[in-house]
Amino acid sequence: MSLKDLLIQGGHVIDPSQGLDSVQDILISDGRVKAVGAGLRAGRAEVFNAAGMLVFPGLIDMHTHLREPGYEEAETIHSGCEAASGGGFTAVCAMPNTSPPTDDAGRVRFILGRAYGAMARVYPVGAITRNREGGLIVEMNEMAEAGAVGFSDDGVSVANAAVMRNALRYADMLGRPVIAHEEDADLDCDGQMNEGALSAELGLRGMPAIAEETLVQRDIAIAGYTGTGIHITHISTAGTVSLIREAKKRGVRVTCDVTPHHLVLTEDCVATYDTRFKMNPPLRTTQDIRALREGLTDGTIDAIATDHAPHYIEQKELEFIYAAFGVTGLETALGVVHRELVATGILTWADVVRTMSYNPSRILRVGGGTLNPGGIGDVTIYDPDAAWTVVPGLMKSKSKNTPFSGWELPGRVTATVVGGVLYVNNRES
Amino acid sequence: MPLEITHLFGLKGVSREDIDTILDTAVSFREVLDRPIRIVPTLKGVAVLNLFYEDSTRTRISFELAERRLSAEVVSFSKSSSSVSKGESLRDTVRNIEAMKIDLIVVRHRSPGTPRFLAAHTGCRIINAGDGEHEHPTQALLDMMTMRRHFGTFEGLRVLIVGDILHSRVARSEIWGLTTMGVRVDVCGPSTLMPLDMRGFDVTVHHDFDRVIAEYDVIYMLRIQKERQPAGLIPSAREYTAMYGLTKDRVKRMSPEAVIMHPGPINRGIELDYEVADSDRSLILEQVTNGEAVRMAVLYLLSGRSEQ
Repeated sequence: MSLKDLLIQGGHVIDPSQGLDSVQDILISDGRVKAVGAGLRAGRAEVFNAAGMLVFPGLIDMHTHLREPGYEEAETIHSGCEAASGGGFTAVCAMPNTSPPTDDAGRVRFILGRAYGAMARVYPVGAITRNREGGLIVEMNEMAEAGAVGFSDDGVSVANAAVMRNALRYADMLGRPVIAHEEDADLDCDGQMNEGALSAELGLRGMPAIAEETLVQRDIAIAGYTGTGIHITHISTAGTVSLIREAKKRGVRVTCDVTPHHLVLTEDCVATYDTRFKMNPPLRTTQDIRALREGLTDGTIDAIATDHAPHYIEQKELEFIYAAFGVTGLETALGVVHRELVATGILTWADVVRTMSYNPSRILRVGGGTLNPGGIGDVTIYDPDAAWTVVPGLMKSKSKNTPFSGWELPGRVTATVVGGVLYVNNRES
Repeated sequence: MPLEITHLFGLKGVSREDIDTILDTAVSFREVLDRPIRIVPTLKGVAVLNLFYEDSTRTRISFELAERRLSAEVVSFSKSSSSVSKGESLRDTVRNIEAMKIDLIVVRHRSPGTPRFLAAHTGCRIINAGDGEHEHPTQALLDMMTMRRHFGTFEGLRVLIVGDILHSRVARSEIWGLTTMGVRVDVCGPSTLMPLDMRGFDVTVHHDFDRVIAEYDVIYMLRIQKERQPAGLIPSAREYTAMYGLTKDRVKRMSPEAVIMHPGPINRGIELDYEVADSDRSLILEQVTNGEAVRMAVLYLLSGRSEQ
């Protein structure tokens, strides 16, 4: 079986890893980047005309819920990867809060088996502790050998600081990141939205910023003390940005990511009890958004990750306190970032590639993040002038719980290339 | 005069004119309640569903009586919230019920925002009979009616709400309704039972009941829920009573014309001394009677019959 060579011709290549920001051709052969340059000869390669389009190293989502096994009514590995491809992601990290959770090597292999033939690479993330219960740490070495790229009890924090200390040291020994969901469960008890004047008015129990920040502070202290690395996911408060900025200055090996929705939406969306805006961490305030954007531009925040959290409609169209937390994000992330951060001059396209491709590849120690010859042939091709309107019913994800319904987004993904295989986006809208 | 609102979700944002209309209408229904035959044909042919997803005795009975006295067709449905997750979703339940041609839904539910949810999923007019810790507008309206009847006016009135403001739907409705009518409302209670950020409420927060009690015309006592103590919000019921209970001794500090109100049910001996609840300073039973009149008014005004 041999894969046909692919020549992506005439696209505007953005690749900060080699300082590229110009029209180039990219030749992919045997699943790897063979050459980058102007006027490359097609030979027998299939040609994809990318004139007028932006060409990025394939985007990597560090935080995706694929819901399989256990919640296939909401998403499957294949439907999630199709959504990823439609949104420009060539790889996604499958978070372990499935049923059963990904807490042993067999379950890692199950996910990789199910991912065979999917439209994006799937990087399984294992749980930190068995059954995500915060007690015994998982067999990280065997799981890493099976293909787990990192470890996370996402959805909950590791409440016990000693367990976290051990997990950070053990994972660091293996060169695998711990991806930490930071939330003090007692401070957020019964919480439904950000705590503040609005939660008091709405009579909804609050989730205070300190629920996140106290755990961020604890884990930075542990990582600093033990000299280990830690990746903090979906940060949402101004206080967290300051804590991480200061820790990085001191040399603590901490990295972090933020979601597109926390960069653009505020708690005010919840004012009519619309459960599409119920998520964890909750939407915060304009001050938090300002701090998160500053964190992105000054390099405090390393990555943008979707926290794509599909939910079956029966879990979402409920009374507010019963509705599930979470929003979908794979198919809207790039367009929202384009509209709110690039079009407004906050980020350059090179920054987008750094935060959505290069940095994730380095934090996760996986391939990609660059179009350097020799690297894996993962590419995202984006038409920045093809505006479209977000219609939940037309999403490729099995779930429709997007908070961006009705938004006009300025550009769309034309195609992705994963290991040299071209997937053309056939979105009908 | 028809109301500007089409549903009664709460009192936040409801205009002074609407509140006046409801209270004036309630006064005329109160006259009905004082007649020997307490029934009028006003809502004949209107179907009302009482949807109670949370335990309630007095509010449900008050609404049902109000509906029957207006000659409405009444269907009541009670289900404890705990069984909700197992059964049919609320959306499916109400769609089915709506198919049976219901005009008005009176709803009580643990979750804030449920009245809006029902309005979004049905064509019915919705009356909030208490949504979690959010609002309880008919309670506040009946209290306002009671105050206006007792003092003759809202002008210059000063109201102190005492107790668990954080978890109280009554307090929220009370604050927004009374403030709209120009009444000065303040709150008093332990810091742990106050929202941290009270910018949404135009009130002063007090913690020293004894120091401020004499300044108010209405001392409005809230029920303290027993579960607040194990949750660590108050150290003990004993300490709560010592600081915020309306004891016989404290009543002596009240202004001579001031009255005592409580939304019920009362924890006698905790927030209210046994004798105080029954004293001539207490308007508690008057509140209950006015409750029916106010609910009749709200049902009538929202039924659309007043516009015909």
